[in-house]
Amino acid sequence: MSIYLDHAATTPIDPRVKEAMDPYLEFAFGNPSSIHAYGRDVRAAIDVARETMAHSIHADPSEIVFTSGGTEADNMALRGVMVEARSSGKKHLITSQIEHHAILDTCEYLEKLGFEVTYVPVDDSGRVHLQDIQNAIRPDTALISIMVGNNEIGTLQPIREIGGLARERGILFHVDAVQALGLEEINVRDLPIDLMSISAHKIYGPKGIGALYVHKKVKMMPQMFGGYQERKRRAGTENVPGIIGFAKAVELRMQERERYREHLEKLRTELFRALKEKQIDFVQNGHADQSLLHIVNLSFPGIDSETLLMNLDIAGIAVSSGSACTSGTIRKSHVIQALHVGEERVDSAIRFSFGQSNTTEEISYVVDILTNTIQRLSKT
Amino acid sequence: MIYLDNSATTPVHPEVLTMLTDVIEQCYGNPSSLHHMGVKAERLVEQARKVVAEALDAAPQEILFTSGGTEANNMAIRGIVEQYQGRGKHIITTMVEHPSVFEVFAYLEEQGFRVTYLPVDEVGRIRLHDVEKAMTNETILVSVMHVNNEVGTVQPIEEIGAILAQYPKALFHVDAVQSYGKIPLSVRKAKIDALSLSAHKLHGPKGVGALYLRKQVVIKPLFIGGGQENGMRSGTHNVPGIAGLAKATILAKIEQTRRMNQFQSWKEQFIEAIMDKLDHVVVNGDQTQVGGAPYIINLSFPGMKSEVLVHALENEHVLVSSKSACSSKNEKASRVLSAMGLSDEAATSSIRVSMGYQTEQQDIMDCVEALERVVPNLQQVMKVRKK
Repeated sequence: MSIYLDHAATTPIDPRVKEAMDPYLEFAFGNPSSIHAYGRDVRAAIDVARETMAHSIHADPSEIVFTSGGTEADNMALRGVMVEARSSGKKHLITSQIEHHAILDTCEYLEKLGFEVTYVPVDDSGRVHLQDIQNAIRPDTALISIMVGNNEIGTLQPIREIGGLARERGILFHVDAVQALGLEEINVRDLPIDLMSISAHKIYGPKGIGALYVHKKVKMMPQMFGGYQERKRRAGTENVPGIIGFAKAVELRMQERERYREHLEKLRTELFRALKEKQIDFVQNGHADQSLLHIVNLSFPGIDSETLLMNLDIAGIAVSSGSACTSGTIRKSHVIQALHVGEERVDSAIRFSFGQSNTTEEISYVVDILTNTIQRLSKT
Repeated sequence: MIYLDNSATTPVHPEVLTMLTDVIEQCYGNPSSLHHMGVKAERLVEQARKVVAEALDAAPQEILFTSGGTEANNMAIRGIVEQYQGRGKHIITTMVEHPSVFEVFAYLEEQGFRVTYLPVDEVGRIRLHDVEKAMTNETILVSVMHVNNEVGTVQPIEEIGAILAQYPKALFHVDAVQSYGKIPLSVRKAKIDALSLSAHKLHGPKGVGALYLRKQVVIKPLFIGGGQENGMRSGTHNVPGIAGLAKATILAKIEQTRRMNQFQSWKEQFIEAIMDKLDHVVVNGDQTQVGGAPYIINLSFPGMKSEVLVHALENEHVLVSSKSACSSKNEKASRVLSAMGLSDEAATSSIRVSMGYQTEQQDIMDCVEALERVVPNLQQVMKVRKK
């Protein structure tokens, strides 16, 4: 038996997405920059995909820049905006301590280039406080970058309020919506968002494709040169099947969002119910209500998360400690550390992340295995 | 339709397609995950790394996967320059590079680097003594493409590598996007420090490529956060894409010599027929098999416009290109042909015919016939005078 509960790391491709991609893998293979029919046909298909993407977040198609994924989108947003801002004398950037490494590592790099970064703290549920953002704002602040929902603990941030503050002060606002896409309602005309990173492989789309929404008024320095693609904002032959697949994944998520949310709610409820029934000792990392529905992060006091992870893996259950990008190197979770809830909780945290195909039966089975494993590990 | 624009992009090989589908269905894990699904995906990525390394005579840890050739070129050039700028501010490239190299150099020039753009001879080849002359103690990077994307001319990479070996401060980058899997090149023998390649030019999927980076060379990464690819290129691996690149590499090796000889003989037949049947045609680039890629043919029809020819051929069900796809929206004359000393007339009237694994001899002959039907009429309309 194999149970995949690591959908925040990556998701399988939805068969309907694959089906949409197939023609562009099999015969409609032209280069969109070619002026002949094969080029024009795929160019038209990309235009439609871009409209679908834009429509889903109420943006204009010209505001969508396709990238190779969320990491590129994050890098592009921060570097592009800050390098551009330097010419107007602005060099300060505000972010939070619990952002994805694509943001935090880019901030560190920007600091080396002479930019200044304020990393606002979060409370013990992972929420950023508006007051902290307000205090951090300086006359030379160019950009605020805050994720919509955290990838490790799921905590949702007060995006509307932070964005409002940014707008008031003439500061650009970037959100990393990689985990929130398709789960949370994001309307860039309603919410004060100037830039937003998204990725396909977290929502049952293909790997190797993502996008950055860039509000029309935002000027940014391109990070890749050498072609007229994406209105000169991102060079390189378009990943046509990837773009088509991404748009299909977004379309499906829009159509099925409510049903999907209900499904995730059910799985969450079942997890907590079963854990309580088995009387397992656990604490939830993150916010009880203000959370992405597919992520549940729990600490099991006295249990080492790596050991637990390996034992579950042997039983065919794929979960994660920390995010996938950090787990390869087994770094301690900077997110849970930032909650200041004690080292023990950092060392014993496990992330469960649900998906379309998971069932409540699977969840109760996982809790059974979890119970046995924890009992066994507690004895030794 | 007869597709003869394989230098712009190629159809995915059916076996690569099967591979992609299998990986998508069975191996969807994130290679950075520690559990079995992650390990399975990671193994696939590492196998692919070995395949690509072997094709280049490199070590597996010297291969970094990217989103394509443009990223690899940007990453190599910007990454090297940013890392080693303390050693000198002079960089060298050629007048005939792909925009993803040429425009990065233009950007760096704006940033205060001194750039030497090497000229080329009438077939599009740089001269070794120009390389020698351009080298200074301040030179930190030389970037030269292996096969030109417009005219197919092969640059003397090994010879350049030998010259650069005398300048330990200068690193050598090669854009091998048009030659990878087609014309063998050993990074060891040619003493190359960085080399870019792309899958979709070789019947692999779009959205994936690689950068070979010699062990001792460090670069400032283009994307950070996550730490994949030894911290040199962060971002979740495009596992199916990477596996597809490896599969395309393996398939390209099969009968490579025979295919190249075949392309060369078709190319010769094509040129002979065109010269025989049409007036006012100029063949651009090096026609020898050693000096020019056998799968690329570039012709000029002075007095006509490339775009008009491309569309006229399309009506005859033959797809070719004007210049490279990446610069085809640019109305000006081909930078490459101008650098070769061609007149504006010749540089604005070129078409490129490029072959791939699916190309057959008949396609080439059909292209000749289509040109025969199209060109004289157009020449009459455009009032191209008979000699």
